[in-house]
Amino acid sequence: MFLAVTGFAILRLHSLFAVVMLSGVYSLIAAAMFVALDAVDVAFTEAAVGAGISTVLMVGALSLTKQREKIPVHTPLLPMVVVLVTGAALIYGTFDMPNFGDPDAPANRYLVDRYIQESPKEIGIPNIVTSVLASYRGFDTLGEVTVIFTAGVAVLMLIGGARRRRRPDSRAGPEATRE
Amino acid sequence: MKHHRVLRIAAKLLIPFIMLFGLYVQFHGDFGPGGGFQAGVIFAAAIILYALIFGLENARKVAPTRIVTMLISAGVLLFAGVGVVPMFLGANYLDYSPLGATQQSGQHIGILLVEFGVGITVAATMIAIFFQFAGRGRDE
Repeated sequence: MFLAVTGFAILRLHSLFAVVMLSGVYSLIAAAMFVALDAVDVAFTEAAVGAGISTVLMVGALSLTKQREKIPVHTPLLPMVVVLVTGAALIYGTFDMPNFGDPDAPANRYLVDRYIQESPKEIGIPNIVTSVLASYRGFDTLGEVTVIFTAGVAVLMLIGGARRRRRPDSRAGPEATRE
Repeated sequence: MKHHRVLRIAAKLLIPFIMLFGLYVQFHGDFGPGGGFQAGVIFAAAIILYALIFGLENARKVAPTRIVTMLISAGVLLFAGVGVVPMFLGANYLDYSPLGATQQSGQHIGILLVEFGVGITVAATMIAIFFQFAGRGRDE
């Protein structure tokens, strides 16, 4: 409910600063929703990344650009159709989904039993999520960390490298155009 | 933001607790909700809050860019390295069981180290990206 209201507000507003702040609010509400769904660790991440760090990064980016949104030149008809069709397809897809918390759902039938029954014996850690993440699915998690590493290195190369190259001829180049 | 006294004092009070909570989430991830990803992000948020209130220069003194950049890869290396150790002990890659005396304690040690690697990488990446972003408009 609140999520939808915030989403519409983000859509209607043209002041980018307000949009950034509202997307932070959106993340915070989403985090509260995750707590209500008993997914506390996802809520941690959503609150810290979505509401905290990405808002700060957005404000940082905002200080490099303009405060107001540009007036769009194209009519939004084609994107509207695409979004509506995709949304309808997604909602149609949810009809086949099992109910929330259904023990007979395919996701709950296959491996979950084994994790819940065997992991206290095999791993001996009360938090099954951690033992699945770090031990059973250790390879996946290694991949995820590598993704974060790659993303960090790529951002540093894009932003940091550009600045270093600019320094020798600081009068010309992209700097002048940005001012 | 040097003159905002309320902000500075509130941040001074909060930052140690945020960091402590980050460490708690990091090393208590086996028993409660949490783990490396969450802890790294929370820890990075503490440093970023410090940078916002006390200025980028001071934050760079706390977390020098060179060290942060090195830590990004150190975390991945720690994860991958912990995975390699069992291979020398006759088990599969990332199978932590031989690390300890029993299977369970081995898994414990492995998971703790691996999560620590995750936390280091996540925190360092977040801090490094923030520093680059925040320093962009200024030092030219």
